[in-house]
Amino acid sequence: MRRRHLLGAGLAIVVAGMAGNAMAQSEIKIGEINSYSLLPAFTEPYRKGWQLAVEEINAAGGINGKKLVVISKDDGGKPADATTAANELVSSEKVAMLAGTFLSNIGLAVSDFANQKKVFFLAAEPLTDAITWSKGNRYTFRLRPSNYMQAAMLVEEAAKLPAKRWATIAPNYEYGQSAVAVFKKLMSEKRPDIQWVDEQWPPQGKIDAGPVVQAVASANPEAILNVTFGADLVKLVREGNTRGLFKGRSVVSFLTGEPEYLDPLKDETPEGWIVTGYPWYDIKTPDHDKFLKAYQAKFNDYPRLGSIVGYQTIKAAAAILAKANSTDPEKLIAATEGLSMPSPFGEITFRKIDHQSTLGAFVGKTALKDGKGVMVNSVYRKGADYLPSDAEVEKLRPKD
Amino acid sequence: MSMVPTLLSVENLSKSYGGVHAVRSVSFELRAGEILALIGPNGAGKSTCFDMLNGQNMPDSGRITLLGEDTVGRKPRAIWRLGVGRTFQITATFPTMTVRENVQVALVSYGRQLFNLWGSTAAYARGEAGRLLELVGMGAYAERPCGELAYGDLKRLELAIALANQPRLLLMDEPTAGMAPRERIELMRLTARIAREQSIGVLFTEHDMDVVFEHADRILVLNRGSLIAEGSPEEVRGNPQVRAIYLGEGLVYDARHREGAGA
Amino acid sequence: MAFYFVQFLTGLASAASLFLVASGLSIIFGVTRIVNFAHGAFYMLGAYVAFTLTERFSGALGFWGGIVVAALIVAAVGVLVEMVLLRRIYHAPELFQLLATFGLTLMVQDIVVLIWGPDDLLGRRAPGFRGAVDFFGQNIPSYDLFLIALSPIVLGILWLLFQRTRWGVLVRAATQDRDMVAALGVNQKWLFTSVFALGVFLAALGGALQIPRDAVHHALDLRIIVEVFVVVVIGGLGSIIGAFVAAVLVSELNAFGILIFPKISIILVFLVMAVVLIVRPWGLFGKPEAAARRTPGLTVNPWRPLTSGERLMSIGALALAAMLPLFAGNYALTVGSEIAIFVIFAASLHFLMSVGGLASFGHAAYFGLGAYGVAFLAKAAGLPMIVSLLLGPLLGLLGAAVFGFFAVQLSGVYFAMLTLAFAQIIWSIAFQWVTVTGGDNGILGVWPDNWASSPASFYWLSLGIAALVATVLRVIVFSPFGFALRATRDSPLRSEAIGINGKRVRWTAFVIAGTTAGIGGALFAYLKGSVFPDSVGISLSVDALVMVLLGGVETVSGAVIGAIVFKAANIWLVSQTDLSKLVLGGFIVLMVVAFPKGIVGTLEALRNRRRSTDTKSALATSRVEVAE
Repeated sequence: MRRRHLLGAGLAIVVAGMAGNAMAQSEIKIGEINSYSLLPAFTEPYRKGWQLAVEEINAAGGINGKKLVVISKDDGGKPADATTAANELVSSEKVAMLAGTFLSNIGLAVSDFANQKKVFFLAAEPLTDAITWSKGNRYTFRLRPSNYMQAAMLVEEAAKLPAKRWATIAPNYEYGQSAVAVFKKLMSEKRPDIQWVDEQWPPQGKIDAGPVVQAVASANPEAILNVTFGADLVKLVREGNTRGLFKGRSVVSFLTGEPEYLDPLKDETPEGWIVTGYPWYDIKTPDHDKFLKAYQAKFNDYPRLGSIVGYQTIKAAAAILAKANSTDPEKLIAATEGLSMPSPFGEITFRKIDHQSTLGAFVGKTALKDGKGVMVNSVYRKGADYLPSDAEVEKLRPKD
Repeated sequence: MSMVPTLLSVENLSKSYGGVHAVRSVSFELRAGEILALIGPNGAGKSTCFDMLNGQNMPDSGRITLLGEDTVGRKPRAIWRLGVGRTFQITATFPTMTVRENVQVALVSYGRQLFNLWGSTAAYARGEAGRLLELVGMGAYAERPCGELAYGDLKRLELAIALANQPRLLLMDEPTAGMAPRERIELMRLTARIAREQSIGVLFTEHDMDVVFEHADRILVLNRGSLIAEGSPEEVRGNPQVRAIYLGEGLVYDARHREGAGA
Repeated sequence: MAFYFVQFLTGLASAASLFLVASGLSIIFGVTRIVNFAHGAFYMLGAYVAFTLTERFSGALGFWGGIVVAALIVAAVGVLVEMVLLRRIYHAPELFQLLATFGLTLMVQDIVVLIWGPDDLLGRRAPGFRGAVDFFGQNIPSYDLFLIALSPIVLGILWLLFQRTRWGVLVRAATQDRDMVAALGVNQKWLFTSVFALGVFLAALGGALQIPRDAVHHALDLRIIVEVFVVVVIGGLGSIIGAFVAAVLVSELNAFGILIFPKISIILVFLVMAVVLIVRPWGLFGKPEAAARRTPGLTVNPWRPLTSGERLMSIGALALAAMLPLFAGNYALTVGSEIAIFVIFAASLHFLMSVGGLASFGHAAYFGLGAYGVAFLAKAAGLPMIVSLLLGPLLGLLGAAVFGFFAVQLSGVYFAMLTLAFAQIIWSIAFQWVTVTGGDNGILGVWPDNWASSPASFYWLSLGIAALVATVLRVIVFSPFGFALRATRDSPLRSEAIGINGKRVRWTAFVIAGTTAGIGGALFAYLKGSVFPDSVGISLSVDALVMVLLGGVETVSGAVIGAIVFKAANIWLVSQTDLSKLVLGGFIVLMVVAFPKGIVGTLEALRNRRRSTDTKSALATSRVEVAE
């Protein structure tokens, strides 16, 4: 009796396996990893974005006639769990490529995994420059404009300010430290006359905003660079507003124009900050209109920057797979290097030299409209214009 | 008398807590093979005195000389290394070990094998542990979990543990507390026999006057921290001051003697 | 000068919420002896509920009413938790209570996202306290002034409550001596429930009062709880005045620390806590505990070495595990390696906990140090894998030797707190000292040499080392040292009285456990190819505790089974659901309540029961014979 059961179960597994194989013939799998449980505020819009892309791609006939399937895993915000997930996707699910990640450290962990296991990896959101430069490798490409690019875009505007005395506020970990370092370097190149009068390094996620604001105010800077984001930013803005820190001072701030970070500030949004971000309500291009309409129709919600990144990650992956017409990593790399494609922000290219895409960002100023924070006077900055010269990149990136 | 060496000599021992004199200038001596009882009503300073001898408490002043060494300021474990065995008012054993293992741990410590990471404790001094258990009449219980023992058996096990370092002196704090009357007498007879055979000095505190007067060679009486009487059981029994204290306390030992009631 | 004064006031304002939450935690601990890890979760719930209420009801009454009602609602939730969960575990060892309330915290994190959504929420400003007051050219938010005034008022109310009401007298009496109050015929159940409700009310109030300053989000709980632990430990568990003084101290340290040491302000607080614990373990205003609870054990069955049959079975199981590469794929083998590594990690903590009675809440520190040790050697010094694997764990040994020296001076909750503080210090260093550790971005490219790079060979390597470690630890358990260690756990009094230097024995055990954890960490670095600060983090420490608990605290090698089951379940869960925290938290709570003995412990208990019914009658007769 028991033996028959076992036999039955065995048969079922074999049959299921064969069915799986048969299906695999007609589909292409992408393995996707992100911090869904740790950072739902950022990864939910991102997930919607890529779900929309998958739907569009398959509605248009898939990839060279094969159905696109995305298998998505949560990494819980832990690099170690991300590598486990990557391993599962590659070894068990036999995905053609890995994509995704939000946090820089997880992006780096998966990138290193990809390099070791010789798997193609398309990093979606991580900002760290290391992923394409100091720790770059031939298997990893990155979509979103990097820390350096965002800094360069901001410096362009910041350098026009008359302010000479600058203070910085940044979370005390790699991202904050490198954002400040790049900004300072580029800024000092353009404006040798400026002075850095104070720096504050609140612990990430644990800012004690009152004392920080007070300390910055006491240094009496003319302008402030802010790198904090999320809940830290909210506290900083609230304390800064009540204590009048931002009055009569220019503020330059990383990412604050992204709806993810701007929307929670509601009616307390400070006005006139120079920020990078995504003013979805203000972009009047056919490419973006098409995306916006489709997104709002499907989800009855407005897109965040994560939606764009998620959407474009899968669109890019599909374009790569279609061009390579293979799942061989080497062929995927060859197909991606120099590949151009449309995006909601216009055409983008994956650079051969450092595997960075030329997706850009919007630079503008924050303003209050109907009790909500918005970006005004925003201009799209193409990523290609804010990357260092090829000679410099060669030096930054290890030889493959 | 002078032929028998002095094990323990206490001179002018004092201790006070925030102005209250717990022990006031106490002096006495203890010789090998002698059984000395320290008695007194509650709060007389017996426990404080004991703790100071044992190294758990620092005296304010005074000297304690144990086997020729000054022990003031030494830790209990250092005093144990000098050859002092100790039993507690509420038994302190190792409940997650078997009876034999309880004794073996003490033997491991005595053999300075505490930091031996590789040997087998089960095999260590198995015979010696068995012998000690036989000595206190616990041989049949050797493989039993210590946590299951009846209280009287725990007391006997504690005695076996206390004998593991071949002590010259036993310090026993209320050795028979919490035991049935018949067990008390058995345990003290056993202790006295071992002490005489091995020429071990015994200092014990006790509430049960039957036990004290039957087994002690000499008795020290503490009251409010001071030594008020010292001498043979007969001398102490006849001491009017002692009688007054115990009568004042409402505890009449000869009445209790008749009834044989517990403490 | 005005600046420093304003900075001081700002520190005081930050102290207010910290004090509210910490005093709640302290009151609960004083009476119930439970260190309520879920206190941060109640704080967060207070903020969320207050957000909903204040958004809904307008005006000053709507705001202030909303704050108070939110705290009351959360207090009601607290009562429910107390009655359903805590009442079942009051008599369990403190570790179980910490774990159960930690499980609750995990659940709440997912629950608030399910109810309120993932976005950061911005609450209303307090009516009447929107602006700032000018003080010699410096602005002080008027809401800060309100908070500064509030904490002494709350302190005063609490003081009156405890000194002037019958209830307060009972609470104080219970804090002194729980059994005494029970003996006096007081309904202890309701006393505990009401105390818990008050504590939760204070926590929720602290959270609700933050909404005009902070964003409401689902990570608020862990942010506050660690700081609150620091406060109550510095102030003294059970002391409200202590909580007040320490909250001010910690907040001022933060406020002025950023001026003097902008980059290490976070470590500063933990350093102060560690120093206080070392110098005055019971805190500035606390009282020394009468006696620490004896062991994290519940039964008294002596351990015995494996019988030859069991030994054969273990070897058989190992041989079976070694055959896995014959039929399993690469993913299964990598998961297998990870499980083997966690067997090492769990076994090392188990050794410390079960044999030594020392429940470390920061054991990941030594795991992580081993991992970083390997990463430094392999990346910076370029040593081959075999050398790095041998030398890397020495960093774990070093860390354990230094921190362990201080930690073993303490016991019970204080030991747990100090180990937690040390782990946080190491984590902060790993996280913030970017030039050496790579900070958050970690150290990459720590891949195994060719001979061990295939999943199968790495699996065999991990399995072999895990088997070796488990065996060696088992041998040590039954060695003279193992017995000496158990002796210090069973009875500190007796072990000292037979010449055992308890601190040195425990220190040695700590170093052994730390080094062993370091071996696990070293392998882990090679498995993942990288090292990140979260391999030193609290959540990894808690994972280890859960594994030990799952296997059974009182068993000799239960951690092996615990690690296998937990890690496999965890990997599967994370892979299957986004609500892994809810499931895992629920699992921990259920385990503590329903199976405190763990898997192996429960099996052993079943077997012992069967055996003892067989032998009981025989024993009874022999006992009578001896007694006669």
